[in-house]
Amino acid sequence: MIHCVLHDAHDTVAVVVVEDVKSGMDLNAWIMDEDRTISLQARQDIPIGHKVALKDMAVGDTVLKYGIDMGKVVAPIKAGEHAHVHNIKTKRW
Amino acid sequence: MINSSTTFWGYRRENGRVGVRNHVIILPLDDLSNAACEAVAHNIKGTMAIPHPYGRLQFGEDLELHFRTLIGAGSNPNVAAVVVIGIEEGWTRRVVDAIAKTGKPVTGFGIEGHGDHDTIMRASKVAKEYLQWASEKHRVECPIKDLWVSTKCGESDTTSGCGSNPTVGNAFDKLHPLGTTLCFGETTEITGGEAIVAARCATPEIRDQFMFMFNRYQEVINRHKTSDLSDSQPTKGNIAGGLTTIEEKALGNIQKIGKKCSVDGVIDKAGQPTHPGLWFMDSSSAAAEMVTLCAASGFVVHFFPTGQGNVIGNPILPVIKLCANPRTVRLMSEHIDLDASGLLQRELTLDQAGDKLLEIMMRTINGRLTAAEALGHREFVLTRLYESA
Repeated sequence: MIHCVLHDAHDTVAVVVVEDVKSGMDLNAWIMDEDRTISLQARQDIPIGHKVALKDMAVGDTVLKYGIDMGKVVAPIKAGEHAHVHNIKTKRW
Repeated sequence: MINSSTTFWGYRRENGRVGVRNHVIILPLDDLSNAACEAVAHNIKGTMAIPHPYGRLQFGEDLELHFRTLIGAGSNPNVAAVVVIGIEEGWTRRVVDAIAKTGKPVTGFGIEGHGDHDTIMRASKVAKEYLQWASEKHRVECPIKDLWVSTKCGESDTTSGCGSNPTVGNAFDKLHPLGTTLCFGETTEITGGEAIVAARCATPEIRDQFMFMFNRYQEVINRHKTSDLSDSQPTKGNIAGGLTTIEEKALGNIQKIGKKCSVDGVIDKAGQPTHPGLWFMDSSSAAAEMVTLCAASGFVVHFFPTGQGNVIGNPILPVIKLCANPRTVRLMSEHIDLDASGLLQRELTLDQAGDKLLEIMMRTINGRLTAAEALGHREFVLTRLYESA
C-alpha cells in the first residue's frame, strides 16, 4: 500500500494519500518521477493530504517539493513529523 | 484513443465556431434587469436567465471588461440565440450589436419608458421564437480541432498536484498536437512557478507578455495586501487540505499544462484567442470568476480538478470535475465526473487517467450532462477591477 507520495527524489516532504496515518506507523512513500518506493516512520498523526517531513530540517531551510522551492522552515521539523503552516511559510508576499 | 481523425457531434454556428450545448439565454446588461430576465426565462421554458450583480456606473477598463464578458458569453458557440435586457437602451444596444457580429439571433430590450411588464411581454415573444428555432438545430459531425477546452482547478489540496492536475496535463498534452484551442490562467496561482511557465512560452514575445501579466497581478497583490495572504491564497480550504504555501499551490496548479504543451499565446481577461494552441489568460484564481472568463473567451468545455471538493458549474460552459482525493470522492460523489484517486495508489497510470478524462470529455461534448449541469450549478460571476464611479 502507498501511504504517501513525492514527486522528485530530492523532495524533503511527501504527501499522505490515505486516511488514518497515526504516530509510529511505518509508511511506504512512492517517488512518482522514479516509480520506486522508500519507507519512513510517522512521528505524529497526519491527516490525508497533509505532508510528512522526509528529513530533519532547521529554521531557514528551503523545503523542496516537485524538486522545487516551496517555502522556508520557520520552526524545526524532524523526519516523520507533520509539515504544514505551523512550521513552513511562503517566501513570497 | 483520441487522434487527429477523431470527430464529435457539435452545433456548427453561423460564424463557423462549434458549440457543444444549444442554450437560448436571457442576458441582463445590469443588476436592475435580472428580475425581467428571470421572468422571461420563467415564461419560456427551456431558456435560461443569467443573473449577475453589476453593470451600473462602471467606467474605464472595468467597464470594458464588463462588456467583453457579457458579449463573450452571448457570443459563445454553446449559445444558439440571445435576448439582452438592460435598464436603458444605449449600453444594451452595444452588447446586442457585438453579439450580432457572430451571425446568431440576438435582440435587446431597454426597460426605461416601458416598465417590467411590457418589457417581459415583448422579450418573452422573441425568446419563444428563438427557443423553437434553436430546438430544430441538429448536432453535426465536427473534427476535434474545432474544440476549445479550458481548465482551472479549485478547492485544491495536495492530491490536486499529485493526481487530478497532472491528469488534466496529460489530456492537454494529447489535445495540443491535434490543433485544438486550450486555455489556462489563474495568474497569482502561478507564484513560485512563473519561471516554469515562462520557459514553456513558444516565443520571447509571448514570454514577455506572460511576465507582464504576471507582474501586473503581483503589483495588485502588493498594493492591497495586509498580510502574507494566509487564508486567502492559499485558501482556508486549501490549508485544511494540506497545502501550506502559495509556491506549493502554484507548483501543483501548473501540472495542468502537462509536460509537453507550449504556451502559444497570452490573452487579457475575457480576451479572444486568435489561433489554435495553449493560451494563458490573465485571470483571478477564484473559481466562478475564472470559469466565467473562460466562457466569455469562447471555450466550450472545461476541466476542473478539485481536491477538497469545489462544487462550481457555469450556465454556458459544461464543467467536468475530477478528483484524486479518495475522501472527497467518497463524501461528495455527486459532484465528481471522474474519480482519479486510483492514481495515488498506483492502480492507474497517468496516461490511463488522461485517457479516462478524454473519454468523459468526448461523452460530455457529444451531449452527456456533467454533474454540475445535472445539479443546476450556474455560477456566473463577473470580475471587477475597481470601484464603480
